[in-house]
Amino acid sequence: MESERSVVIAPEALDDLIGALRRRGFRVLGPTVRDGAIVYDELDSASELPIGVTDRQEPGSYRLEERDDEARFGYAVGPHSWKRFLFPPRITLWRAKAENGGRKIEEEPPNETQLAFIGVRSCELSAIAIQDRVFIGGKFVDRDYAARRDGAFLLAVNCGEPGANCFCASMDAGPRVRDPYDLALTEMLDGEHRFLVEVGSERGADVLAELPSVPASQSDVASALAVTNDAAARMTKAMPQVDLHALLAGSLEHPRWDDVASRCLSCTNCTLVCPTCFCSSVEDTSDLAGVETARERVWDSCFSLDYSYIHGGSIRASSRSRYRQWLTHKLGTWVDQFGTAGCVGCGRCITWCPVGIDITEEVAALSKQEEKSHAATA
Amino acid sequence: MKPTLAVWKFASCDGCQLTILDLEDDLLALTGAIEISDFREATSAVVEGPYDLSLVEGSITTPHDAERIQEIRRNSKALITIGACATSGGIQALRNFADVDEFTRVVYASPQYISTLATSTPISDHVSVDFELRGCPIDKRQLLELVSAFLIGRKPRIPTTSVCTECKRRGVVCVTVAHGTPCLGPVTQAGCGALCPAYNRGCFGCFGPMESPNTSSLIPLLRRLGRSDTDVERLFSTFNAGSEPFRKAAGHG
Ligand code: SF4
Ligand code: SF4
Ligand code: SF4
Ligand code: SF4
Repeated sequence: MESERSVVIAPEALDDLIGALRRRGFRVLGPTVRDGAIVYDELDSASELPIGVTDRQEPGSYRLEERDDEARFGYAVGPHSWKRFLFPPRITLWRAKAENGGRKIEEEPPNETQLAFIGVRSCELSAIAIQDRVFIGGKFVDRDYAARRDGAFLLAVNCGEPGANCFCASMDAGPRVRDPYDLALTEMLDGEHRFLVEVGSERGADVLAELPSVPASQSDVASALAVTNDAAARMTKAMPQVDLHALLAGSLEHPRWDDVASRCLSCTNCTLVCPTCFCSSVEDTSDLAGVETARERVWDSCFSLDYSYIHGGSIRASSRSRYRQWLTHKLGTWVDQFGTAGCVGCGRCITWCPVGIDITEEVAALSKQEEKSHAATA
Repeated sequence: MKPTLAVWKFASCDGCQLTILDLEDDLLALTGAIEISDFREATSAVVEGPYDLSLVEGSITTPHDAERIQEIRRNSKALITIGACATSGGIQALRNFADVDEFTRVVYASPQYISTLATSTPISDHVSVDFELRGCPIDKRQLLELVSAFLIGRKPRIPTTSVCTECKRRGVVCVTVAHGTPCLGPVTQAGCGALCPAYNRGCFGCFGPMESPNTSSLIPLLRRLGRSDTDVERLFSTFNAGSEPFRKAAGHG
């Protein structure tokens, strides 16, 4: 931690922060309460933050509860992720119009609005880094993602309140922020309610300079560090510490897949809430007159039958094969493709699975029974 | 020459036909692209078949209708069924699990004049159908999409995944996970745009079963959320009671 550059701000300064970003032309997006959950939406002021609200999560269950303080970031992660804004559920790629006997094709202009994300958790920064590798890290750059990602302002928040489904520590993705950010906050509720702010970029420093702040004392820095240390210590869930790549590669015919398939609804919720899942499909539209057509890209999922429809049928016709595909890609072959696993331990897939299927439990079952079968053959 | 369209009604409430009239501005675009040749709900003008496209609403419940649908099929190049009645038998398919003679005796003063079948069945049980558009009622954007795709000869964008996919794309908060509200969305086909969850209601399955409905995993969840066995039976005994996965989930064998 660069204590000499750290400052302390009061909760009220968050409103100045949002104002400073809005004045710079950013579309400011952050957490707010809607329909019984903390979702990400456009913020006009800091009063829209989930003040004094926390979330209680279990597999397949999420409830908001009142806190006995005025914490602004006293919750874990909700149903939305920043993926909605960087990789939106539906975009138009190009349009074509019938003209003079031919067709005129127009590429959809990329999104030019600068995005600012308020309250990005460590796991979410890791997830953004993973999607960066997928969309802009290789030979083929996704121009829409690139335009949205380019210049996005990241206001990170160190986690003080891990949810019951969080396991970022075991995925080496939190709870302390590590990946690049512009500004990083640590909310301190011991004594006076205040935030330690660390600077991660020049423009972060530039924005911070507009806010009322005082230099951080040694004790501020120590209590900020205690916040994430406590969070890590309170995190109850963990991914089994095994070689995931090898485990998945060796589990293709494991009986556990039948067990999970009996519970799995193939509803796609886990993949759509996952901040790293990136599958989409491309669809064509046309109007009644057949004059205007367009090509759209829309979120899809490996849990849909259509997603593996090749020629005359779906390759992954059973939900056993679809769940296996998800886990095997996420934790195994993702590493071959992108150099890391596709999971950051945010727990969303566990919470938002209606029947509460828990990725860590499934892995535990795969590894336990594997040990057993090794023991049997030994 | 513009392709011709006919709209037919069988046992139904007319709600799906009304969806066509409810297209508003798009209705003009529709009549611009297609000649409406027979649509009694909208016009008394009738043009003789054969028709390029027939939209069929309603289920087969009488011997006369069972004959009539054969005639319509012979007169239609393409035949698309619209709505839960036409695609699964509708709410009236509940008669399939009961004694219709007893119903007619209870309801009608002179049951001897009633000519009805013991079952309410989807159109596809009687003739070959080119496409089935789900919903009670159908969704007007899906109808426009289907007709637009038909006219240009492309595959329609009618997903067969769960309603959950639409919740997540829209950013709707899951009513089951966040509120504990029972929801049939995970086993119900998308198409409505997650209408009910967007208004904080559980889905009651009006688009019928999705492509791979795992009702035996959803039922224990509905029970955990406080629904009795009778409630569960009723949840699956509505507009799509006649579809096999919902019929089995309701315990109708
Ligand atoms: S797999 Fe689950 S826990 Fe891992 S990043 Fe995706 S949603 Fe989060
Ligand atoms: S694991 Fe859960 S959320 Fe994912 S498809 Fe299966 S039932 Fe749906
Ligand atoms: S509200 Fe219903 S349809 Fe929507 S995600 Fe939840 S279970 Fe699925
Ligand atoms: S959410 Fe379910 S009940 Fe409601 S309109 Fe859609 S399919 Fe019908």
